[in-house]
Amino acid sequence: MNSNEHGYHHEGGNLPEHDEGGVQEPAVKHEVIDAYWKANIRLLVILLGIWSIVSFGCSILFVEALNRINFFGFPLGFWFAQQGSILCFVVLIFVYSRLIGRIEDRFHIDDHEHKGDMENAQ
Amino acid sequence: MSTQLLTYLFVGLTFVLYIGIAVWSRAGSTKEFYVAGGGVHPVVNGMATAADWMSAASFISMAGIIAFSGYDGSVYLMGWTGGYVLLALLLAPYLRKFGQFTVPDFIGERYYSRTARLVAVVCLIFISFTYIAGQMRGVGIVFSRFLEVEINTGVIIGMVIVFFYAVMGGMKGITYTQVAQYCVLMFAYLVPSVFISILITGNPIPQLGLGSVVNDGSGLSVLQKLDNTLIDLGFNAYTQGQKSTIDVFAITLALMVGTAGLPHVIVRFFTVPKVSDARKSAGYALLFIALLYTTAPSVAAFARLNFIDTIHQTEYRDVPSWFTTWEDVGLYAWTDKNDDGKVQYAPGAPFVGTPSFTDGRGDQGQRLISNELTATDNEVYIDRDSMVLANPEIAALPGWVIALVAAGAVAAALSTAAGLLLVISTAVSHDLMKKTLMPQITDKQELAFARLAATAAIIIAGYFGIHPPGFVAQVVAFAFGLAAASLFPAIFMGIFFKGMNREGAIAGMVSGFLFAFSYILFFKFISPELNTAEHWFLGISPEGIGAIGMLVNFVTATAVARFTASTPQAVLNMIDDIRIPAARDIEVS
Repeated sequence: MNSNEHGYHHEGGNLPEHDEGGVQEPAVKHEVIDAYWKANIRLLVILLGIWSIVSFGCSILFVEALNRINFFGFPLGFWFAQQGSILCFVVLIFVYSRLIGRIEDRFHIDDHEHKGDMENAQ
Repeated sequence: MSTQLLTYLFVGLTFVLYIGIAVWSRAGSTKEFYVAGGGVHPVVNGMATAADWMSAASFISMAGIIAFSGYDGSVYLMGWTGGYVLLALLLAPYLRKFGQFTVPDFIGERYYSRTARLVAVVCLIFISFTYIAGQMRGVGIVFSRFLEVEINTGVIIGMVIVFFYAVMGGMKGITYTQVAQYCVLMFAYLVPSVFISILITGNPIPQLGLGSVVNDGSGLSVLQKLDNTLIDLGFNAYTQGQKSTIDVFAITLALMVGTAGLPHVIVRFFTVPKVSDARKSAGYALLFIALLYTTAPSVAAFARLNFIDTIHQTEYRDVPSWFTTWEDVGLYAWTDKNDDGKVQYAPGAPFVGTPSFTDGRGDQGQRLISNELTATDNEVYIDRDSMVLANPEIAALPGWVIALVAAGAVAAALSTAAGLLLVISTAVSHDLMKKTLMPQITDKQELAFARLAATAAIIIAGYFGIHPPGFVAQVVAFAFGLAAASLFPAIFMGIFFKGMNREGAIAGMVSGFLFAFSYILFFKFISPELNTAEHWFLGISPEGIGAIGMLVNFVTATAVARFTASTPQAVLNMIDDIRIPAARDIEVS
């Protein structure tokens, strides 16, 4: 099977064995993982920041102030609490999916099926 | 055709569809039974996740709760959707990369401990059973109201259907039936909403209708009119909250984190082929969920407005038939406090507790109740769960719409029940039997155990449906609070904190679980009379205590991990491996 099928299908609670999948993929250096992880955490902090601003901020803490603004017939704070935050949540997930995909491409640790090898690594 | 006949037809047709899918997608191996073979397309999985997630509570209860609590109902809207962001960003991709079958699998391997796995299994089974009791009850309500069969018969029919496709098809059968169920329930939710939005505002999109001008010539928007009407009747404004800010904050957080920690949702992301698919799939799942969740506030506001318009100051003799039908089912009651023969609707409960009907009828033909009356002017008792089901009738929509809503409610309840049954049976056959008690069993035997466990779980769930514990509404706080306080932190720290070790994780799960459990037990069951804001810890209600339980878990786990043996190198390598999507070897340092 292709590489994405590679899980830990081991028995009895042993730790991962990596050579069961047949094709031996090149090793990923620890520095690469650390750098990728740092970039990932930065992205997560930004997106979860937006997540908490629209939900806990606009919809709960500052709801009174925002309610003074009329937004298409809604008090704005109320709109955030009952519609706006949900729409933002959907957008956030797709944005993360897109951006983290780019970061993974950059570090060559993506899970694309027919993606080439590591020859082009910087 | 009569509405009842149409309902039989619609519900019957959907059952035929579900069973057909079950026969077509029979599971042959544990991998198919547990994770549908691991090859489900992200959009398909998103749709199945949406149906899995949207239960009887989302379909039947949520809009009713919002209708009667206005802004305060937002905690459910945000809490039950915001959790998907946490799931997609923090858990799903890594658990997919880990690549096994269950949530206890991850906790057991990551914390190199059978004890940790067993603690996770206990949390999981407790959470799932509290959740499933409500689903079976939902099926029972729909059957008794629309098909006029006994609630018990309704529950048994529901059990047989779920048995068929969950036990035969496992995750594979469940996935494809859930896709069908999503379509049924979403269509059933949208059709009456669009109709009612057009009737009230002329805008066919309910989401926009909520902010549009009511077409009664007043020039007010729906929300303004609702605010004014409620204030005139002595209620608080619909768009203003009554709960304290800290409580709204805590409940929202607890529901979000709890959602992300619910095992039956998490395992759905084990079924997609790749890590990147898990993220996309969570996005699609939330998109499909948002379609219903952004419609619900409109349904709620329209229903409240319509309800007041048709009922308040109406002679009881002239009330529409839906009112008396629900009164016959026992979910509405009217008591003529001022003897004017008219229905008065006002703030506060009309009488103490839920209605206990006597056999007699009053001089207007209303069912008499024997409850102690309260001092308020309110004469009407309305069970909130009736609102969505009654909505098409309140708006005088045609019979086929009512039948459609009934089929949708059954789909919502069954799809969630099936997902929950699966994680319970998997926890028993895989985590308890295969990984703990009888590691030597073959794949075939494990599959047999899974089917056996699913059957037992259905019977227990059915028992709860027929003999509902009087506390179905209260136990929802349990499911989310416990998931937030136990499973979520353990999984999250397992991925993001390499330093978190076996001792820390176990101490965290146990302390978080016990803290939330005893807090909810105390206020909901032992001393419900003390369940008021001044007795709560920091003013946080039992519904929101999962947020504090999560902090207790984090703090305990971190403290214990600091003073105990560090994580073994092999586990550190495994964490590195699940952090990257690619299945490439990691250079061993």
